[in-house]
Amino acid sequence: MSLEQFKNRNVGTQNYVKLDLAHTPTTGWGQFKQVVGRTFKPELFVGLWVTFREMGNALVGGKMHTTQYPFEKLPISPRYRAIHDMLRLMESGNYRCIGCGLCEKICISNCISMETKYDENQRKEVSEYTINFGRCIFCGYCAEVCPELAIVHGPRYETASEQRASFSLFEDMLTPIDKLNLQQEYDGFGAISPNADENIKPTPLAY
Amino acid sequence: MDSTMLPEVTAVGVIIKAVLILAVIAAIAGFGTYIERKILAFMQRRLGPQHVGPYGLLQLAADGIKLFTKEDIIPQHANKIIFAVAPVITAATAFIALAAVPVFPGFTIPLVDVYVPSIASDINVGILFVLGMMAAGLYGPLLAGMAQANKWGILGSARTAIQFLSYEVVTGLSILAPIMMVGSLSFVDFNDYQADGTWLVVYQPVAFVLFLIAGFAETNRTPFDLLEHEAEVISGYVTEYSGMRWGLFFIGEYANMITIGVIASVVFLGGYNDFWIFPGWLMIIGKIAFSFFFMLWVRAAWPHVRPDQLMWLCWKVLMPLAVINVVITGLVMMII
Repeated sequence: MSLEQFKNRNVGTQNYVKLDLAHTPTTGWGQFKQVVGRTFKPELFVGLWVTFREMGNALVGGKMHTTQYPFEKLPISPRYRAIHDMLRLMESGNYRCIGCGLCEKICISNCISMETKYDENQRKEVSEYTINFGRCIFCGYCAEVCPELAIVHGPRYETASEQRASFSLFEDMLTPIDKLNLQQEYDGFGAISPNADENIKPTPLAY
Repeated sequence: MDSTMLPEVTAVGVIIKAVLILAVIAAIAGFGTYIERKILAFMQRRLGPQHVGPYGLLQLAADGIKLFTKEDIIPQHANKIIFAVAPVITAATAFIALAAVPVFPGFTIPLVDVYVPSIASDINVGILFVLGMMAAGLYGPLLAGMAQANKWGILGSARTAIQFLSYEVVTGLSILAPIMMVGSLSFVDFNDYQADGTWLVVYQPVAFVLFLIAGFAETNRTPFDLLEHEAEVISGYVTEYSGMRWGLFFIGEYANMITIGVIASVVFLGGYNDFWIFPGWLMIIGKIAFSFFFMLWVRAAWPHVRPDQLMWLCWKVLMPLAVINVVITGLVMMII
């Protein structure tokens, strides 16, 4: 759409649809006809019928709309950005985080702080990792930038607690080792898209 | 039914009837809040109260405990005596009106052989008495709104005055046509008039519809609940009320709903006469229950009207229709 088109606000020359509304009656006879028409039109009974039908649907047809929240929960989208989770490798059970520090770097509200050191195998080990949830705006950049899909946004949206700190330590967010088999692969922000293989352009080996 | 064949009405029978009315109607008026919430919820495909007791049935008890233990606040600049008395007026007039209304057919208690009459007090101007009492109920909201030193209350009581006074006219005129046909003001005569199985609504459909519409306005129900319309005047005349004083207003409102239901059933819908295979007591309970349900149903389906629309409807549509209905009834009665 060009700018000129956009600025054309003359109703009727564009793709506007005019509602077919009758004009307000001006004469007394017209008003009388309108009153009589509205009086004997069964609109009110249509309203009654609709509510009665919905009651039948709810009671007999099983179309009750209520979700009894603390007992039932609706599924949330994988793209929902709730409290972070730290995932583990399925094979070894080690945490996936390689201590690269990208999430700390990209965090626009500066709420991630991490300290790393080399362990005895000269592998980066995360010695301290906290997210300050008083500052986190749940933008999802950390999950997007993470090269290992280690930090992701989990489904834990019920975050009422006495202490924000009870969510924010590395151990709190890490998948418990005994629940490793329950760990779901993340398909939200920064995850590999389902058609990733098709999008890979093979690097030519010979020039 | 010949009145000489009726068993003797004793004082004990009248007292039993009065206690029955008070206990049963007061219980139903409280229980009505539960039914209202449940039915409105179902019509909106919700579940309604369901955590207190099985199916939420004990919600009524929970609400009662809450209302009784809530702090009773009287605003500083309110007229304290009138503020305190106003809810009692509403509840009392609602129950006094029920004294002259036949709720059940008369019956005899088997072992003690006491005849309980169909009506606590069969005064020969029953309809006038009931309409008068319901009109006196106007003073509850009116005084409550004026005594509480609150703008919303004043608005609520102003609306009370215009709405109740206007619709008194429609109620009276609409019920005048059946009165002309029956020739009596006693509810028992109305019931006996329809004993042959032809309900008065067959002869007086317009009067029935007018009476129902006016009944909605008199009982302050949607679509005419302007007195306490939350979106416009907070809670109108009950803005400053809390606890059991507030509760009394609502017991009165629900008792009035039942009274309107009883009047509509007895005057227009055949009263407590037997119908086909159904005994009279079942019929009257069914009719009252349906009219109660109908009020909730309408509340779920229809929107409010504006105050000016309310006045327009009363004086320009319903009142002329009622007068025309009375005139036509008179002409037809004169010719036949």
